[in-house]
Amino acid sequence: MPVFAGTYQTQLLTYGLTLAIAALGFNLLLGYTGLLSFGHSAYFGAGAYAVALTMRYLDVASMELLLLGGVVFSAALAALFGVVCVRHTRIFFAILTLALSQVLWTLAYKFFWITGGTDGLRVPFAKVTLLGGLVSFPGADAFGKFITSYYYYVLAVFCLCAALMWLIVHSPFGKTLQAIRDNETRARFLGVRIWRYRWLAFLVSGIFTGLAGSLWVPLNGLTTPDVLYWPQSGKIVFFAVLGGFRNFTGPIFGAVLFNYLEVYAVALTEYWQLTLGVILIVLVTFLPAGVVGTAQRLLARLK
Amino acid sequence: MEILALQVLNSLFYAAVLFLIAAGLSLIFGVMGIVNMAHGMFYALGAYITAWSVGVAGAAFPPAALFILLPFSALAVALIGLAIEPTLLRRFYRRPEEYQLLVTFGLLLVLEDLIRLVWGGTPITASRLVDSLGLVQIGGLPYPVYNLAMIGVGIVAALALWAFVYRTKFGVLLRATAQDRRMAAALGIDVGRIYALAFGLGCFMAGLGGAIVVPSQAAVLGMGVEVLVLSFVVVVIGGLGSLEGALVGALIVSALRTLTIQFYEEIELAALYLIAAIVLLIRPTGLFGRKA
Repeated sequence: MPVFAGTYQTQLLTYGLTLAIAALGFNLLLGYTGLLSFGHSAYFGAGAYAVALTMRYLDVASMELLLLGGVVFSAALAALFGVVCVRHTRIFFAILTLALSQVLWTLAYKFFWITGGTDGLRVPFAKVTLLGGLVSFPGADAFGKFITSYYYYVLAVFCLCAALMWLIVHSPFGKTLQAIRDNETRARFLGVRIWRYRWLAFLVSGIFTGLAGSLWVPLNGLTTPDVLYWPQSGKIVFFAVLGGFRNFTGPIFGAVLFNYLEVYAVALTEYWQLTLGVILIVLVTFLPAGVVGTAQRLLARLK
Repeated sequence: MEILALQVLNSLFYAAVLFLIAAGLSLIFGVMGIVNMAHGMFYALGAYITAWSVGVAGAAFPPAALFILLPFSALAVALIGLAIEPTLLRRFYRRPEEYQLLVTFGLLLVLEDLIRLVWGGTPITASRLVDSLGLVQIGGLPYPVYNLAMIGVGIVAALALWAFVYRTKFGVLLRATAQDRRMAAALGIDVGRIYALAFGLGCFMAGLGGAIVVPSQAAVLGMGVEVLVLSFVVVVIGGLGSLEGALVGALIVSALRTLTIQFYEEIELAALYLIAAIVLLIRPTGLFGRKA
């Protein structure tokens, strides 16, 4: 991709890929476990803030170590929030996840002496080194080089995540989650410990989303409380609905597509949220299978 | 001591507003079985319509006459709700809850931006109404009479709602539909009409909450989501679908909020959610909730 396109296009696609990892994580809950989370900004933001805080206070530069920090932090958070959330399903699950993410947002916002408040924390790409320090970006014109290298880096992580998630949803564990989604009572009668499975799904989902946030932050150069705020969760929900959450690739395409939509629509209209809302309503009303799901159905009809 | 009295009054004022919104949310859920993510937007709409109409009519009429605008703004919000229910929501009642949440979330996004489109991004106020009633001395400290009056409005609204739901024929139809939609339909109740009216009533209450609050604060973007999140806490504590629960929940949340703002503002929301999480762990259906 960087061979054909300029720095800007590569950067856009890299953004899209990081978001696609978050969408993969989110969809383990919505698509495969049947739990709609309105609070995934918490884990995305946790990953982002973990990277920014480790870089600032511990002076870590290695991206691998930063990602590890992001994963550990978001895993701890998801493990904790999960205990509270998975006892409930449907509406209460959605409300609780939203509420907990809002708590995190207010904390990031109010404890400004640690988190920088609304100014956020800077994560300059020039400080980051990839592959254990083998690749670094000194110099004034390093931005292009950073984007190119980082694109391949994110692409590799994305492929790894997609493969891992594919294995998870096709494993006995993933099949059990789907059984719980389709018929909780029957799954319970089969001896499945529902809460434990839901909690594990919640944990894995949080880790993927946290990893996405960690990868996203050097690209963005800055993390602000906005990544913890509810519209961020709304975006992640949107990825899945746009692509279609009843199939594996839907959310991935949804995330990448959404990223392009957002960039170009924001440039065109001041009322981006309005556009988004209308698209969402049209999608859930007329195309509940999402873009990918509908395309698959049309292709099947052609055959 | 005087400060305590004022804080209790502040807390009651906010409880009145929260009750109106949470009771509307609870009513809509109780009857129709959907959680309206856009509910806070109807509160914001009530606030904006009130502030705007007070601004427009303010020069021509005496302040006392402007109070009539509060219920009329709420009525306007109810009409918007009545227009939205059949066109947008009706087709989602038989579909899984995820879709109901998603469509009302889409509605939230649309309404928030429509408010920005119509009234712009700068806050608008209607403080003329607060000024017109003046101040009263409570233990030597001034307190706006407006807030006292609106606590009264909250109490009257709570009583009226209770009487409406438990003492009128329409209330019986409403509760019958809430308990068993099919049986109600089989007995000849026009369920579609009940749904529309319940949604309109819920929107009216949210709009009234916004109308009450705007003279003492201001209509700002984001107020809808802020109150949505708070009213979720209220219904989680009180029990979704219960009016008594909404009342008790609103009092608890409002008191707690006043306390934390007074002593340690940073943890305001965190403390609220902690309480909500504890209630959910001990009584998953809330203090007054029925088993779903």
